[in-house]
Amino acid sequence: MLQPELDIVQKWITPGSRVLDLGCGDGMLLQSLGSSHQIEGYGLEIDPERITACIAKGVNVIETDINKGLAHFPDKSFETVLMTNSLQALMRPDRTIEEMLRIGRECVVTFPNFGNIRARTYLGVKGQMPVTKQLSYQWYDTPNIHFCTVKDFETLCLEKNISIIHRATVSSHAIDRQLMGIWPNLFAETAIYHLSK
Amino acid sequence: MNNRFPTNSVGLVKPRIIHFEEPLELACGRILPHFDLVVETYGELNRAASNAVLICHALSGHHHAAGFHTPEDKKPGWWDEYIGPGKPIDTNRFYVVALNNIGGCHGSTGPRAINPATGKAWGRDFPPLRARDWVHSQSRLAAKLGISQWAAVVGGSLGGMNAMRWALEYPDRVRHCVAIASAMKLSAQNIAFNEIARRAIKSDPDFHNGDYLSHGTLPRNGLALARMIGHVTYLSDELMGTRFGRELRSGTFERGLDAPIEFQVESYLRHQGDSFSEIFDANTYLLMTKLLDYFDLAREYGDDPVAAFSHAQCKFLVVSFTTDWRFSPQRSREIVDALIAANKDVVYANIESDMGHDAFLLPNARYEGVFRAYMDNVAREAEQLVRNA
Repeated sequence: MLQPELDIVQKWITPGSRVLDLGCGDGMLLQSLGSSHQIEGYGLEIDPERITACIAKGVNVIETDINKGLAHFPDKSFETVLMTNSLQALMRPDRTIEEMLRIGRECVVTFPNFGNIRARTYLGVKGQMPVTKQLSYQWYDTPNIHFCTVKDFETLCLEKNISIIHRATVSSHAIDRQLMGIWPNLFAETAIYHLSK
Repeated sequence: MNNRFPTNSVGLVKPRIIHFEEPLELACGRILPHFDLVVETYGELNRAASNAVLICHALSGHHHAAGFHTPEDKKPGWWDEYIGPGKPIDTNRFYVVALNNIGGCHGSTGPRAINPATGKAWGRDFPPLRARDWVHSQSRLAAKLGISQWAAVVGGSLGGMNAMRWALEYPDRVRHCVAIASAMKLSAQNIAFNEIARRAIKSDPDFHNGDYLSHGTLPRNGLALARMIGHVTYLSDELMGTRFGRELRSGTFERGLDAPIEFQVESYLRHQGDSFSEIFDANTYLLMTKLLDYFDLAREYGDDPVAAFSHAQCKFLVVSFTTDWRFSPQRSREIVDALIAANKDVVYANIESDMGHDAFLLPNARYEGVFRAYMDNVAREAEQLVRNA
């Protein structure tokens, strides 16, 4: 996770609160929130190497296949349920988001915006599925099976009556950062949403 | 002499018997006037006494967890895979304490010990035990060894139950609890298997209603049968398939030949049962399976595991194995869910393995990695406490 993204997510977390991080990776975010916000954090992860990395950091990691559901977590048992950069790798992102909003009072979701001008150009001009530094997989070996755009995501929120408390966007390109305020779907590299229901 | 052993082995170890003169009041209300514990320790206790790790054994376990008793020993202690220099429970960093629990049959006070009231072996009259009795006797042991707080209490299966009970009985005396392939209570299926095993023992004519010692006999057949049943439940179907399949040890299916047919798995199980029946005590087996059946972590806490764990002050590592059907991953997940709801620090890994329940004793790269990463933090904490002391 890049620093600008982290800065934004941190702003939306209440100090001392209970936080669940779906697809917590190597535990970097939870570790950082632990020291900056004294949160009581738990991370869900399925990749063995990342789980061991979390353990080494002293992060509470729970081996879980998010695609099999999160029924063992009671309603509203966390202040915030986070999911950074994992939405596109889920079997049913819509169901997981519903579950996140059931378990947490609020949710924070970040995902790569496939509506980004560079992705569009790659596909439009080259006629091939975009392979970028951020998304470096080929179409056949990618874990990212459900790409969406800023517009797609907000349509889903509307359909499911999900309130968007905040939306933020980040990009690694200076020029895109100038434009993404006006055209987020075209210039955001990563979209960050703060949600509730 | 030690160089005969692998460099990551604790090498030659010697058990010692520690006598406890103070009476121990048991959960059943009866009193053990005094008792012995047979103990092995590996590594050195540091000057802050912050690096002690208690190893809790499973149903048929004992104090010999690592190393060798003689240079000729072919097999090391039961958890040698994970205890030793440079191993996850690193004896260069930890002071490891392994014991045979009371009720056992490897030298600690149990049914084979002399009942001071009669001058004869306790036998079937040995008082029934609960996991908390083990915890209380282990706390006496800790005091005697100069350990006021365990860096970690670690156990697999029944040993994991023992470890969790520690976290609730003496919350301020445990920094980490490691429960591997364990459960908060047995399922009906588990109790059923234990009852079949007990019935096998009790129906052996040599059992003499538990009084076999004074009859000069041993219920070998019953105990062997109990072990065979248990053993099947510790393995997975996959493992038995790959290890034995339908291979024959003797005989043939060829027409015209009537040599008796024996499958490899039959011979293996018989060997397991027979060797166990020579070394294990039938009354201990009955007592320990009962202890296992009665264990219910949350019973005294209104049957609410979250309320139970809210008393704990330590951090937890919970590990399960995918093909373990005796203590399935679901049972571990229940522990984890209760710990999360109780706002306790917990790490959970569900290790891919085709070894069934026995996986917790066997080599497995991922299990070792998880275990090592966790214990490494425990050791670092213990070393920090020395610097702070």
